[in-house]
Amino acid sequence: MPEHSSYQTRYLKSVLRHKRLVTAARILLAVFFFILWETAAQLEWIDSFFFSSPSRIGKTFLGMLEDGSLFLHVGTTLAETLVSFALVVLLGLLTAVILWLLPAVSQVLEPYLVILNSLPKSALAPLLIVWLGANVRTIVVAGVSVAIFGTVLNLYTGFQETDPEKLKLIYTLHGNKWDALVKVVIPSTIPMIISILKVNIGLCLVGVIIGEFIGARQGLGYLIIYGSQVFKLDWVILSIVILCLIAMGLYALISRLEKSYARKS
Amino acid sequence: MQPLLEVQHVSFAYHSESGETFALSDITFSLTEGEFAAIVGPSGCGKSTLLSLISGLLTPESGRILLHGRDVKDFNTGIGYMLQKDHLFEWRTIRSNALLGLEIQKKLDARSRMRVENMLDAYGLSSFKDARPSELSGGMRQRAALIRTLALNPDLLLLDEPFSALDYQTRLSVCDDIAGIIKKENKTALLVTHDLAEAISVADRVIVLSSRPAKIRRIVPIILEIPERTPLKTRNAPEFKDYFNLIWKELNSYA
Repeated sequence: MPEHSSYQTRYLKSVLRHKRLVTAARILLAVFFFILWETAAQLEWIDSFFFSSPSRIGKTFLGMLEDGSLFLHVGTTLAETLVSFALVVLLGLLTAVILWLLPAVSQVLEPYLVILNSLPKSALAPLLIVWLGANVRTIVVAGVSVAIFGTVLNLYTGFQETDPEKLKLIYTLHGNKWDALVKVVIPSTIPMIISILKVNIGLCLVGVIIGEFIGARQGLGYLIIYGSQVFKLDWVILSIVILCLIAMGLYALISRLEKSYARKS
Repeated sequence: MQPLLEVQHVSFAYHSESGETFALSDITFSLTEGEFAAIVGPSGCGKSTLLSLISGLLTPESGRILLHGRDVKDFNTGIGYMLQKDHLFEWRTIRSNALLGLEIQKKLDARSRMRVENMLDAYGLSSFKDARPSELSGGMRQRAALIRTLALNPDLLLLDEPFSALDYQTRLSVCDDIAGIIKKENKTALLVTHDLAEAISVADRVIVLSSRPAKIRRIVPIILEIPERTPLKTRNAPEFKDYFNLIWKELNSYA
């Protein structure tokens, strides 16, 4: 640790104080929200049958924890999301690489990819159920379908933005297009690849929930739809809270990957 | 003796939907082994295009380019090309950057590794082998880039304004440095530059091009009566100014 001047120390302290303040405010906001919600339910400002309440959600949570159904639903959704994310990464990279290696193919396919990317994928879900049946496979495909086209387009765009002079370097060293891909294009776009993944793991979750809405017997999407049909809104809201946590967790997972990569290079 | 490089009646144009741009017209010259030649010309005259053609990255529309009497399109591995910027990859160490060419050509073995290690040691990068490019000064980076090119042991070295990205002071010393290394490794080199003084200071012959489409205006042999010529010493030689004025006039006479 190098010596600081007193001004530097004071500056660092003020930065630290500011960071703590932000964290405290974040926590307080959540606490305030839950207290308000609980109070509103207790004092019957809102009907807790429709709006539930933190204590009811807690009770539901414990109940489902006891009978194990929580693990089943969360586990199913999580597993389906991770599988479809893995497929998106694999297929997305593979397709983007092929498009980059064969520019003529990408020219032909580009308008189709753009259309498929802007198509609301939830429109495909009923079709997928009919074609593939109401099973886990369909739900994974739904998850993939939401994220895959954007992933391919973004990766391909990123690949194309590689510094042409760096590519020229590879060719001056008598390398071919494959060398350019593995020595320059992929290594130079890794930070971008990770940030694309960060967006798309969330999209996979969206797709999986859409799939579960219409073709599942388990999973949080199923729980939400089923809960709303039988007016067990505690289930619905608990599921939404858990979805928030899952989304946060997945995002944090990729962020950690990003940080560990940044530290390494 | 057969010249190392022969450029014979080479012409080239760039094509796009909005029209064609004639870059080079009927370029003919040759280089003998061990020679250091410089090409000067107004900016945008097609100097870099000429290097791309010689390296085989582009194919001439007419004319031929021969290295050791063989067409460079079929036989270009004997040519090393140094670009304007060093383009060292930040995700690789200096050592691994220097080995890039060998890696691509699958010539990475104990002997070639040893050669690169020795060059890194000899040219002042021994303590930076495991450093990232961003930790090096501009001059050191340019040396690392040269070693990357020399690692493939090329017969002919093409230099495309390799000092232009550096500030003036660094530029003079790096130029001295690089010219020294090239002389020591006994390489034939062709330098493209828009800096007249730089061209005269390093080259045995200066090839003067006209503006686009480039033709050869004149080839000026630089003959100096100083012992142990280096770029910096050349700049102080009495004949330097005369050559400078001669080429300056040649460049500006039709502009």
